[in-house]
Amino acid sequence: MPARKPHSVLQSRRWLGLGLWLLGAAAAGQTLTLVSYGGSYGRAVEQAWVEPFMAETGIEVRMEDYNGGLAQIRAQVETGNVFWDVVDLTTPDAVRACDEGLLEFVMLADLPAAADGTPASEDFLPDSRSECSGGGLVSATIVAFNHQQFPDTPPSRLEDFFDLERFPGRRGMRRVPIANLEFALLADGVPIDAVYATLDTDAGVARAFAKLDTIKDEIVFWEAGAQPPQMLADEEVVMTTAYNGRIFNAQVLENQPFTIIWDGQLQETSGPGIVLGTPRLEIARRFIEFMSRPESLAAISKYISYSPTRHSANAMVDSHRETGIAMSPHMPSAPANMKRALISDWLWWADNGDEMNERFAVWLSR
Amino acid sequence: MAIALKRWNRQALGAALLVAPLAIFVAVTFVAPLAAMLVRSVYQPAVAEALPETLAALAEWDGDSLPDEETFRIAGAEFVALDERRALGSVATRVNRLQSGMRSTLLGTARSLAAETPAASWREAMIAADADWGAIESWLAIRRAGEVITPRYYLNALDLDRGGAGEIVVQPEDRRIYVSLLLRTLLISIAITGICLLLAYPLAWLLAHARPRRAGLLLLLVLVPFWTSLLVRTTSWIVLLQNQGVINDLLVTLGIVAEQQRLALIYNMTGTIVAMVHVLLPFMILPLYSIMRTIPERHMQAAASLGASHWQALRRVYWPQSLPGVAAGSLLVFILSIGYYITPALVGGRTGQLISSMIAYHMEQSLNWGLAAALGGILLLLVGTLFFIYDRLVGIDRMRLGG
Repeated sequence: MPARKPHSVLQSRRWLGLGLWLLGAAAAGQTLTLVSYGGSYGRAVEQAWVEPFMAETGIEVRMEDYNGGLAQIRAQVETGNVFWDVVDLTTPDAVRACDEGLLEFVMLADLPAAADGTPASEDFLPDSRSECSGGGLVSATIVAFNHQQFPDTPPSRLEDFFDLERFPGRRGMRRVPIANLEFALLADGVPIDAVYATLDTDAGVARAFAKLDTIKDEIVFWEAGAQPPQMLADEEVVMTTAYNGRIFNAQVLENQPFTIIWDGQLQETSGPGIVLGTPRLEIARRFIEFMSRPESLAAISKYISYSPTRHSANAMVDSHRETGIAMSPHMPSAPANMKRALISDWLWWADNGDEMNERFAVWLSR
Repeated sequence: MAIALKRWNRQALGAALLVAPLAIFVAVTFVAPLAAMLVRSVYQPAVAEALPETLAALAEWDGDSLPDEETFRIAGAEFVALDERRALGSVATRVNRLQSGMRSTLLGTARSLAAETPAASWREAMIAADADWGAIESWLAIRRAGEVITPRYYLNALDLDRGGAGEIVVQPEDRRIYVSLLLRTLLISIAITGICLLLAYPLAWLLAHARPRRAGLLLLLVLVPFWTSLLVRTTSWIVLLQNQGVINDLLVTLGIVAEQQRLALIYNMTGTIVAMVHVLLPFMILPLYSIMRTIPERHMQAAASLGASHWQALRRVYWPQSLPGVAAGSLLVFILSIGYYITPALVGGRTGQLISSMIAYHMEQSLNWGLAAALGGILLLLVGTLFFIYDRLVGIDRMRLGG
């Protein structure tokens, strides 16, 4: 199976990493633990940030995987036993962790300027980071399908995801309200700029859930980002919401017959934060500084189709390392993909996330 | 006499020393976390410690009209001071759980007050910074978040809440979940226990009364899955039961089921029950087997020779003697399944989730550990009650796990 191959390489590398870590720990006592989402994205982080950082500084970095959420960080901070140093977080999670005092502040002034001297404060996209995040990436939640299952008329719009008559079959959806409520309203005819204003009212939330009700019996839920491409490949679903980078990697590295519907995409940002109270604060800050450089952020796009949150880095996006294809058209921010795109309002989610999660759980259980 | 006493003392000391490691282990890994969890479900001092002056001012407030200017000033100044110490965020998330939107109201107001200290009225300045301060609900939410000892989490865990005057009210329909989930957990656990008993009873009988060689082989078949990793067993059910899985493929190939109508065997209640019965079956078989081995076969023969039919002998001679094993196995399977997490999480989909999924959600995602602790506390109380009833009806000393 082609999907397995890179994994075993990664694992052997991880063992090698562990060996090096033991050696390095004995020698210097300074090993940085970086926690990220794993899978094809984790490999991109390793190749674009971790390996060049180790080469430049000689600091060992050990990578760990997780599926998001703040429980482990909170447990480490509360017990004063911090062994995660830098953690990759979605912006809503980072905002919440920053509020709860679980992360160190990261000052924009401490982040490196662009090559032409533009300071970081002007180079970052507006509202793309929390006060505790380093430079980050834009990813999109999109709808993807297996085009072998639609030989005649393939779906092309977000509305088609909710159209069981023209496109019968099971749908994959992440088991969280974020993205799904937005998609439901967009497909129900709410214009892009009115989505969060609509969600702010009880009637709007009810409308979103009513739209989700129309496909409820056909939904298969996923939790980890690596699941949707697998579900499409297994034909467990005919369409699924997914992160664009995971679908891209399945397309180019595994030649899967997948197509992305960019219409109605939801863009979110993420970026790493430093766990409060880490004894390795100094090297953690060096890592944040390193990966926030425009060239580091742009380097990720050699491996996966997530775009940088810095203007100057976006200009450096080049081609895919392994296949040589140009990356710009595959980015969420490409003009052709932006015809109907919604930027996730993480402030709205920070305020209403708990309540929406509760209502989503109620909806799920009925 | 004195020598005997001395020897007895020494023996007691020796015994105590031998038991000490276990006692310490149980205290550290079981009793202490359990106690900490139960304390957390009612004791939440964070907001009270952060906002002492605001809460003191609000304690005298009537709750019917907006607080006075003095309260606004005290609260505003305290918010600003907290934000400077970076402690307002965690207060804001806690208030936000009672009233969505208060997170940005608190943080935003603190920042605009810090940027410009109100020259005249704090009340007007705060309402200008965020209109939420003009709503009584916002102040009620702060006052309620400041309760140190609170029944709130237990109320929430039972789909209840308190109204403006402190009276207990039922949550609105679209927010009720825990009671129905708890009932579903109970029903599924009973179903799993029943299915396990139906499957395990004949199998244990075979094991106990087969010839030694065959019994050994059968026992091995029971134990090999028991020794296999839980994750491996659960994921093999995914391979077997999924839409494009082995069983559906077989049914389609045999023409029993049409290609378009493959059965939904997993990611629903069916998946949870099938996988959990498989995982928990050994916990029923083994106690039954060990009891049945002690039942002499001669009893059945004696019953037959006295004129009992097979069915009568089984019902009136064999079944009563096997009851301690039935009780032990059922209690074990029921208690294990009521708190089971990993299997429903993997194969339960939307409709096959148990209460454990919500506990995990509040531990990992919402960080509402108080509510998670209250849900755990209710589960503990439930199991404790059942155990008590069981003790009254059957007697715990009659339960035997081994012959």
